[in-house]
Amino acid sequence: MTVAVEKPDETRTAQPAPAAEAARKVSRSMVVGAILVVWLVLFAVLRGKQTLALAAADLTDLHRWFNDVNDSIGANRNSNPLFLYFFNEIRLVIDTLVTFVQELISQPSADRPAPQIGWLGVVGIAGYVSWAVGNWRVALLAVAGFTFLGLQGLWQESMDTLALTLSAVFVALLFALPLGVFAGLSDRFNRIITPVLDFMQTMPTFVYLAPLTLFFLIGGASATIATVIYAAPPAIRITAHAIRSVPEATVEAADSLGATRRQALLKVLLPMSKRTVVMGVNQTIMAALAMVTIAALIDAPGLGKTVVQALQSLDVGTAFNAGLSIVVMAIVLDRVTTAASAREEAARRSKNRFLAWRRPLLGAGAAATAVLIYMSHTYVWAAEFPGEGGTGSTIASAADTATTWVQDNLSGLTNAVRDVITNGLLNPFQSLLTDSPWWLVGAVLIALGVVLGGVRAGLTTTVCVGLLVATGVWSDGMTTLASTLVATVLVMLLGIVFGVWMGRSALVDRMLRPSLDAAQVMPPFVYLVPFLALFGATRFTAIVAAVVYAAPVAMKIIADGVRNVPATTVEAATSAGCNTWQIITKVQLPMARGALTLATNQGLIYVLSMVVVGGLVGAGALGYDVVAGFSQGQLFGKGLAAGLAIVLLGVMFDRITQAAARRTSA
Amino acid sequence: MTTQTEVPQRRGTSQDSGSTPVISVRRLWKVFGPKADQVPDSEELCGLTRRELMDRTGCTAAVRDVHFDVSPGEVFVVMGLSGSGKSTLVRCLTRLIEPTAGEIVFEGEDIRQADDRRLRDLRRRKFSMVFQHFGLLPHRRVVDNVAFGLEIRGVGRAERVRRAQEVVELVGLAGYENSYPDQLSGGMQQRVGLARALAGDPDVLFFDEPFSALDPLIRRDMQNEVIRLHHEVGKTMVFITHDLSEALKLGDRILIMRDGAMVQCGTGDELVGAPADDYVREFVKDVPRGDVLTLRWIMRPLEDGDALDGPELGPDVVVKEATRAVLAADKPVKVVENGKLLGIVGDEEILAVVAGQEGGA
Repeated sequence: MTVAVEKPDETRTAQPAPAAEAARKVSRSMVVGAILVVWLVLFAVLRGKQTLALAAADLTDLHRWFNDVNDSIGANRNSNPLFLYFFNEIRLVIDTLVTFVQELISQPSADRPAPQIGWLGVVGIAGYVSWAVGNWRVALLAVAGFTFLGLQGLWQESMDTLALTLSAVFVALLFALPLGVFAGLSDRFNRIITPVLDFMQTMPTFVYLAPLTLFFLIGGASATIATVIYAAPPAIRITAHAIRSVPEATVEAADSLGATRRQALLKVLLPMSKRTVVMGVNQTIMAALAMVTIAALIDAPGLGKTVVQALQSLDVGTAFNAGLSIVVMAIVLDRVTTAASAREEAARRSKNRFLAWRRPLLGAGAAATAVLIYMSHTYVWAAEFPGEGGTGSTIASAADTATTWVQDNLSGLTNAVRDVITNGLLNPFQSLLTDSPWWLVGAVLIALGVVLGGVRAGLTTTVCVGLLVATGVWSDGMTTLASTLVATVLVMLLGIVFGVWMGRSALVDRMLRPSLDAAQVMPPFVYLVPFLALFGATRFTAIVAAVVYAAPVAMKIIADGVRNVPATTVEAATSAGCNTWQIITKVQLPMARGALTLATNQGLIYVLSMVVVGGLVGAGALGYDVVAGFSQGQLFGKGLAAGLAIVLLGVMFDRITQAAARRTSA
Repeated sequence: MTTQTEVPQRRGTSQDSGSTPVISVRRLWKVFGPKADQVPDSEELCGLTRRELMDRTGCTAAVRDVHFDVSPGEVFVVMGLSGSGKSTLVRCLTRLIEPTAGEIVFEGEDIRQADDRRLRDLRRRKFSMVFQHFGLLPHRRVVDNVAFGLEIRGVGRAERVRRAQEVVELVGLAGYENSYPDQLSGGMQQRVGLARALAGDPDVLFFDEPFSALDPLIRRDMQNEVIRLHHEVGKTMVFITHDLSEALKLGDRILIMRDGAMVQCGTGDELVGAPADDYVREFVKDVPRGDVLTLRWIMRPLEDGDALDGPELGPDVVVKEATRAVLAADKPVKVVENGKLLGIVGDEEILAVVAGQEGGA
C-alpha cells in the first residue's frame, strides 16, 4: 500500500508533502525500505537503459565549451583588462611573497648556491619559536622533527612545503582574523558569511584547484591562492565563535563601566577570545598543509609532488618516505600550535620561578638563534643538509621490502578482504547505481532527500541531480557515489562500535582520543600510501583510505553524543533492570541520534574528499577525471565538470544529512 | 528603651521628603518587538495584559508604566519573580537597554536625552553596576579587574592600582589581589564585582540580583557586607532581587513588580501590614510578621478604661523588639510619637502577631 504511494516515478516528486506526512504516520525507515524495493524492481526491468555512460576520452558539449573558455583565457591572459589589472596582479603579489619565503628557506637565490637561511638556521628558528610560543617539550619535538626531515633526504622539498604553507597561512590570517572579528561583532555579517563558510568547508580540497588554474595558471602562486581560500574559513569561523562566546555579562559589565566600543574590543573581547583564536590558527595551519600537499597536482613544489609522482608510478617506498615527512611536519605544526593555545593558561597557573627568568632566557635564545642563522647563511655545512639522506633511502627500501613481503605473504588475506567487499558490496551497489536509468536514480535520490531531510532538502537534491546530469559525467558520478556510500556505511559501523565504547568508558576514551586527534590532522592523501601497499591500485584502496580517514571524526562525534546522554536517564534505565545491551540500544543510541546523523554528515564529507583523491591510485571515476584534466589539455573541460560534480555530490549529501540531523534532534 | 535607638536610621531616609530624589523615574516603558514604540502611546494597547499584547502585536512589554523616586543614601529594592521585568528595569536606568518611553531624571538631568559621550561619562563616574554572574575578566588579576573601570576612564596605572588596593581591602579581599577570578569562590568573585563597582566612587550603585548565584550562607554574608558598606560609604543603592527576605533585610523601600508593572511600592512593614492586592498578600504570607511590623500597625485606639500609666514606646519599634517590654509591663504600653499619644498596645495585640493568628491589619 505504501509502496504504491511511494512509487518513485516523475509524478511523485511533484507532490513531496504527502510523502513527508506519510513518513511521520508510517515510519521513516519503512518508507525508505519501500523506495529501495521499488528501485530494485525497476532496476531489474530497466537495467542498462539510459545510463548516460561516457567513455574516458569522450567529451560533451559542456566540456568542449569549458575547453574553449580555457583556451580563450589562455590567449587573452595578458590583454584582457580583468586579468591584466586584477588576477595577474594578485598572482604577482602572491608570487613575490612565495618566492621571497622560498629564497629565504628552500630555494637557492640568484647569486647564492643555497637559500638565505640554511638548515641549521631553520632548525634553530623552529626550536626557538616553538619554545617561545609553546614550551620546551614541543621545541624539542620541532628540532627533532625538522632534523628528521633532513635525514630523510627531503630537506628542500620539506622547506618548499613549509614555505608555501607559511605564506598561505600568513595571507589567510591577514584576511581571516579581521573578517572573523567583524563576523563576531556584527550579526548581519555573520548571517551572510556563515552559509558561505559552510559551503566552502564541505568542499573536498581537490575541487578548489581546477577553477583556480583557470585564473592563476599552475604553480606555486596558484597553489598558495587555493590554499588561502581553503584555509581561511576555519580561522574566520573560530574567531567569530570566540568573540561570540565571550559571556554577555562581561561585555555588559564593561558597557556599564562606560567602555567605548574600541575599549570593549581591545580590553575585553580580544583578550578573552585569544586562546580560541589560536586554536583557529592551528586549524588554518593544518588545512593549509593538507592543501599545499594536494596542490602538487597543479605543480606546487614540495613533498606533495614527491608523493604524487611516486603514487603515479606506484613506487610505494618513495611515497612512504615522503608521506612520512608530511606526517612529521603535520605533527610538529599541530603540537606547537596546540601548545601555544594552552600555554597562557598553564604559565599563569604555575607559580614557576622560571617565570622571572623568562624574559632574559628568551633574549638569550634569540641571540643563539641569530648565531645559528648567521652560520647557516655563511657556511656550506650549515646551509646544505649534510649526508645523502641515507635514512630516507633506508625508510624507502624498508617500506618496499615490507610491501613485497605483504604482497607475497598476505596477499591471500588482503585480496580476500578486498574481493569480498568489492564483489559482495561494492560491485552490486555500483552496478545498481550506474546501470539504472539516470532518471530512476535521480528520482530515488530525490525521494530519499524528501523522506530523510524534508521538502527543502528534496528541492536541493532535485537541483543537484539536474545539474549532475548537465555536467555530463553522470556515470562517473554514480561510481563515485557508490564508493562513497559503501565507505560511509563502513565508517558508521566503525564509528558506532568505537564511539559507543568510548562514550561508555572514560578509560577507552582517554586511550583512543589522542590517536584519533592525531589521525585527523594528517593531510588526506598520506593515507593512500600504506593501503596502496596492501591492496594495490584499486577502488578498494581509496575506500579503505577513506574509511580510515573519516572514521576518527565519526567516532568522536558519536562518543560525545553517547557521553551527553544524561547520567540520570541511564541510571533510571539501570534501575528499571536494563542490561548493557538494552541500555545501549534503547537509551543511549536513540538519545544520541542527533550525533549519529551529524556523524553521518561529517563521515560522508570526509569520505567524499578521500574517495576523489583516490583517483590518483586507480579509483577512477570523478577523481580520475579531475586529475586527468590537470595533465591533459583536451580533458581540462571534463576535469572541471567532474570537479563541479564533486561539489554537487557534496552539497547534496550535506543538505540531506544536515536537514535529517535537524529533524532528529528537534 | 534601648530599642528606640534602632528606629530612626531605618525610616529616616525615605521619610525625608524634603530632599530632592537622586533618581526619578516617570512613565517608564520598555517594549520588545516590532513597532515597539507605538505601544506606550496607544491608550488601547496600554490597557491590554501582557499576553493579549503579545497576541495582538507580537510585542512583549517588559516594563510597563513604572514610576518611582530614589532618595539620596537610600537602599531601593525592586523585587519580582523571574520575568517580571526587574532586570530590564535596572538596565533601562543606565540605558544598557534603551527604554521605549518615559523619563529617567538623574540629579536633574534626563538621562534619555544624553548622547553617547555624556552617557559614557555618566557610566564612568556616576553609576556602577554589580551583576548576577559577576562579569569579571578571567585574563586579569583581581586588582586589575577592580581597576578596570578606572583604566577605561584613563586613570594612570599607579593611581588606579592604589585606589583598587584600597577598595580590595574595603570589601575584605586583602591578600587575594594577585589571584585570578577562577581561583576564587563565587562569593569572593562577587566581592571583586562589588569592589569594581565601588572603585570608581560612583554616586549610585545598581545591583542586579547579585547574590542569586551564591549559596545561602555566603548569600547572608554578602548581604551583611552590603549593609556594612552602606553604613560605611553611604551610597545610594538600587537593588534587584527575587528574594523577599533579602528585600526586607536590605531595602529601605521596596517596589514589587509583576509582568512588568508596579504592584506596590513602600517600606517593608507597609507591604506586610497593608498589601495592595492578593498578589502581594500571597507574597508576604510567610514573612514572620513580628520581625517586620511595627507597633504603628498593631496598636489600637485608646478605649475607655485603659490604664494610661504604662511605659511608652515609639510607633516605629518592631514588634519583635517590643514584645518583651509589652509582656513584662503589667499595664498596656502607650505608643507615643513626638509627645502625642497615638494608641496603645497590650498583651493581646502582641500575642496576636507573635503567635501568627493576627487577622486585623
